[in-house]
Amino acid sequence: MLTAMIAIGALAGLFGLLLGYSAIRFRVDADPIVDQIDALLPQTQCGQCGFAGCRPYAEAIAGGEADINQCPPGGEATIQALADLLGVDPKPLNEEHGEHGEKMVAVIDEQTCIGCTLCIQACPVDAILGAAKQMHTVIADECTGCELCLPPCPVDCITMVPVKRDISQWKWPYPEPDHPEIAEAGK
Amino acid sequence: MEFPTHSSPYLPLRNDLSRLMATVMLALVPGALAMFWFFGWGVIFNLVIATTTALLAEAAVLRWRNKPVRAALLDGSAALTGLLLGLALPPLAPWWIPVIGSLFAIVIAKQLYGGLGYNPFNPAMIGFVVLIISFPLQMTLWSPPGGIMGLEATGFLDTARLVFTETLPAGASLDSITMATPLDESKTLSSLNLTWQEILSDPRFGNYGGYGWEWINLAFLLGGLWLWKRDAIQWHIPAGMIGSLFLLSLLFYIADTDSFASPLFHLFSGATMIGAFFIATDPVSAATTPRGRLYYGAGIGVLVYVIRTWGGYPDGVAFGVLLMNMAAPTIDYYTRPRVFGQRGEQDD
Amino acid sequence: MVTLLEKPATFPGGLHLPSEKSRSLTEPLTSAAIPARLHVPLGQNIGEPAEAVVKPGDKVLRGQLIARSLGYISAPVHAPTSGTVRDVGDYPVPHPSGLSAPCIVIDSDGEDRAAETGLQMDRVYEADPADIRQRVRDAGIVGLGGAGFPTAVKLNPGPDHIVDLLVINGAECEPYITCDEALMCCRPDDIIEGIRIMRHALRAKQVVIGIEDSMPNAIECLRKELERVGETEIRIVAVPTRYPAGGEKQLIYTLTGEEVPSQGLPIDIGVVCHNVGTAAAVARAIHHGEPLISRVVTVTGAGVARPRNFDVRIGTPIGDLVEQAGGYTPDVARLLMGGPMMGFTLNSDRLPVIKTSNCILAASRAEAPDPPHPQPCIRCARCADVCPASLLPQQLYWYAFARNLEKVQDYNLFDCIECGCCALVCPSHIPLVQYYRFAKTEIWDMEREREKADLARRRHEARLQRLEREKKALEERRARARKALDKKPKAGDADAKKAEIAAALARVKARKKETQAATGQADGGNGDGN
Repeated sequence: MLTAMIAIGALAGLFGLLLGYSAIRFRVDADPIVDQIDALLPQTQCGQCGFAGCRPYAEAIAGGEADINQCPPGGEATIQALADLLGVDPKPLNEEHGEHGEKMVAVIDEQTCIGCTLCIQACPVDAILGAAKQMHTVIADECTGCELCLPPCPVDCITMVPVKRDISQWKWPYPEPDHPEIAEAGK
Repeated sequence: MEFPTHSSPYLPLRNDLSRLMATVMLALVPGALAMFWFFGWGVIFNLVIATTTALLAEAAVLRWRNKPVRAALLDGSAALTGLLLGLALPPLAPWWIPVIGSLFAIVIAKQLYGGLGYNPFNPAMIGFVVLIISFPLQMTLWSPPGGIMGLEATGFLDTARLVFTETLPAGASLDSITMATPLDESKTLSSLNLTWQEILSDPRFGNYGGYGWEWINLAFLLGGLWLWKRDAIQWHIPAGMIGSLFLLSLLFYIADTDSFASPLFHLFSGATMIGAFFIATDPVSAATTPRGRLYYGAGIGVLVYVIRTWGGYPDGVAFGVLLMNMAAPTIDYYTRPRVFGQRGEQDD
Repeated sequence: MVTLLEKPATFPGGLHLPSEKSRSLTEPLTSAAIPARLHVPLGQNIGEPAEAVVKPGDKVLRGQLIARSLGYISAPVHAPTSGTVRDVGDYPVPHPSGLSAPCIVIDSDGEDRAAETGLQMDRVYEADPADIRQRVRDAGIVGLGGAGFPTAVKLNPGPDHIVDLLVINGAECEPYITCDEALMCCRPDDIIEGIRIMRHALRAKQVVIGIEDSMPNAIECLRKELERVGETEIRIVAVPTRYPAGGEKQLIYTLTGEEVPSQGLPIDIGVVCHNVGTAAAVARAIHHGEPLISRVVTVTGAGVARPRNFDVRIGTPIGDLVEQAGGYTPDVARLLMGGPMMGFTLNSDRLPVIKTSNCILAASRAEAPDPPHPQPCIRCARCADVCPASLLPQQLYWYAFARNLEKVQDYNLFDCIECGCCALVCPSHIPLVQYYRFAKTEIWDMEREREKADLARRRHEARLQRLEREKKALEERRARARKALDKKPKAGDADAKKAEIAAALARVKARKKETQAATGQADGGNGDGN
C-alpha cells in the first residue's frame, strides 16, 4: 500500500516536472490573440461595434468584454472566422449594431462642398484629401465605407455609393443547389 | 436572340447514378440465381423482404426529414442495400431478421449520417453485423444446399411457413433442415483435430469451396467481371482483396497443409466473391485514390483471412469491410496522388 | 535541357470525345463581311485593359491605334476597319458574367482604308529580338488559342532563361473547333513564317509543331510548306487525339515527357509554347504591317444552317456571323463561345467577336442538354481517374461545397485547368467545374479584401500615430506655456507673495552689490535675476 502510494507520488512528481519543463522549453510564441482577431476584422474602423475602431474591438473580444457578432461590415463571414479562431459557436449578427450590406464608398459632391475639413478629421483612414476652404475629394481605393464622414458634414454633400464591381472582379456564383438535399447539407 | 446560360461543360453527361445502380443490380442476378438454385425459396423471401423494408424505411425517413422521396428512391441505392443484405442472410431466417437488418441499415447506418454519400460505413454490412451479434442463432439457419446427400431444398410452402410463422414442417426438427456452412463446419472440424485433407473429403465440402458455395461464388465472380467490363467498378478493390486473401492463405497452406484451408477454399467459399466485387466496392464508404483502393481491398482480404482462421465468426467479410471503412479516410489522406507538375512532394 | 521524345508520352487522365469537327470543314475559309457597326472591347487580353486614345467623332483608319496598352501585361487595340468613332463607353462583352465593359464603338464607312502602321520589318532575321518584341507588342497580338496572354511577354524569356524548345500548339483538342485546322490548311505560309520569326526572337534551339493525329490534312499542308521554303529545323509531331491534348502543360508533356512545375510556367523547364494562330498573326504584323484586327472563327453546331470558318474582324457581332453561315436552324438552344468543354454560354448574339474568340457554337438541345439536377456525390472517383492534373476532384468538390477555401487550396485547386472532364463523367451530375471556379474567384476576392483591409489597417495606424504625435506636440506646447505661466506667481497667495517680495528684495540687493563691485571695472555681471 505504502509503496504504491510512494510510487504513484513519485511518478506524479516526475511527470509534473517534465510537463513544467516542456512548457518552458517548448513554448510556442504564437501571435497574441488580439493580433489574430484584428487580422480577421474588416478594418473599416467604422465603430459600429461600439468600440473606437477594429483594434479596440479585437481587444474587447480577447478580453471577453464584447461578443463576436457585433461587426456589421464583416457580416457572417467574419463571425464564422472569429468563431473558428476562438473555438466558439457562431451566432447571427447582432442587429443592434447594424445590418450587413453591400460594400460602399463615400463620394463628395464637389459642387456643394464648402471645404470645412470636418470630414477629413472624421475619416479614420485619412482617405479624404483637401484643405480649408478648398474642395475635398475621396480616394475611392482607400475608403472603407465606414460612413463616419457623413454626420460631420454641414452641407450633406457626401453620399455613399455601392462599390462598382468590374468584370475582372466578377465572382462565379455558388452553384444553385437544385437538389434540396444538397442545399440543406451545405448549411 | 437571347439564350440561357450555365457553367461548362456542355456535352451530354456520360454517366448516371440510377443507371449505375441498375447495372450493379443486374450483375447480382447470376449470383442470386445460383443461391436460389441451391438454397431455395428462402433466398427470394429474404431479397423481397429486405428490399421492400429498405425502400419503405428510406421513404419514411426522407419524408420525416422533409426531403424529396421519389428522386431518392429512384437513384436505386436503398434497393441495392436491401438486395445485398438479403443475399447475405441465411435462407431460413424468420421474416423479422431481414426487416430488422434493413431498418438498421437504412435508418441508422445511412440516413442518420445524412443519407446517400455521407455514410461512413457500408449500410448493408452494418445491418448484417447487427443481426449476427444480436441474433446468432437465427443467423445460422442455412439450409443444406439442394442436392447434397440426396436432400432437397425446403419447398415453397414449408419455407413460407417457417419464415413467417416460425413453425417447422411436420416431423422435422430444426437440425434436420439446417446445416452449418462449410466455413463454419471447417472451424468445428479443425478444432476436432481433423486435417484439412480429411475435412475436404466430406461431401459437404464439394470440390474446392464447399458444395453449392463454389458455384455461387463463381456466379458472383462472373457478375463482378461483367461490372468491371462495363466500367461500373474498378479493378483495384477486388484485386486487392482477392489477391491478399489468396497470398495469405497460400502462405499458411504451404507452411502447414494439415491445419490451414487451401487458398481455393477461401476464394470460393462464403461471401468472398460477392464481398470483393459488390460489397467492398461500395464507393461511398471505400477509399477513393487508386493506390488507396488497392490497400483498402488488401486490408479487407487480410482481415477476412484472420477472422476466418482465428476469429470467433465463420466469415469475416462484413467485419473486414467495416473495419476498413474506418480506415478509408486515413488511407485516402496518405495515398493522395502526385499532382501533375509536383515532383515527389506528395509522394508520401 | 528538354529533349523531344521519339514516341509521344501519355499524360494522366483525359477523355476521348466525339470530334464533330468535319461539319465546319466542308466549306473553305473565307472572309466575313465587315459589319456596319463594330464594338471593340478594350480588355481582350489577360492583364490590364487598354486605354482609349480616340473620342467620339474621331475618324479612324483600319489598323490605326485606338487604345494604348497600360503596363507590361497589356495589349493595345486597333481599329478593325475605317470609319467614325461613335462612342467610348460600357457595352456588353462576351464574358461568362454577362457584364458590360469599356468598348469603342466604330461606325464603318465601308471603304476599309488602311493606316500606315509602321510595324513592318525588312531584315527580320538580322533584327534585335527586342525590336521584334516591341513590334509584336505594338501590333496588339495576344495568344489566340483562347487565354489571350500578351504574346510579346511570352516572346521574352528573360536573361536567366535559355529556350531549349519552342512548342507550336496545333493540337486543337476540343470538339467542334476547327479554326486552327482551317488556318493550317489555308495559310501554312503565314504560320511557318511566324514560327521562324518567333524562333529568332526567342533564340530557341529546337522547334516542334504538335498537331492531333486526327488532322492529317493540316499536317500534310504544313509539311509541304516546310519543304517549299526549305526549312529542315522545324519538326511536326502528330500527337494522339485525346482531350485535353491541346492543354499547354499536357502538350509539352506529350512531346517531351517533362512536366511543367505546378503553378509554374513552361519557361521554367526551358520551353515556350505558342498557338499556330498566334504565329500567323506575328507573320502578318512583321511582314505585312497588319496589327491584330481579325482572326479565324469557327461558326458551327446543329444550330446553324451552314457551319464553316470565317476570317472575322474583331468587333463583329456574333449574330452577323451566324447570318452569313446560313442563319439559325430551329434546333438552336444555346450559344457558346469557345468549345463545349471549356467555353462559356452567351446570353445574346449581339455580343462582338474578340481576339480570343476561337469558336461560336450554336448548339441544339441534343448537343448541349440542360444541366440535370445534381445528386449527392457517392465518391466513385471517376473524376479522379479522368483528371489530367491528377487532382482529387471529389475532395476539391467537398471543400468547395463547404466553402472551405483553405482546404480547397491544400488540395491544389489552382492546378485545376477547368478542362471539364470530371464534370462530364460525374454520375451524380454535379457541376464540379463551377464549384472550382466559384472557389477560385472567391479566393481571389478574399485576397483583394485582405489587401484592402491591410491597407486600411496601416492607414488607420498611421493616422493614430499622427494624432498621437499631434497630441504630444500640442501637449508639449501647452506644457511649455504652463511652465512659463508657473514662473509667474499667482495672485492671492500670501506666502508666495511674501516669497516673491523677498526674492525681489534679494535681487535688488544683489544688483546693488554688483554695481558697487563693478564700479571702475568692466561690466562682468552675468545678468542673473532677470
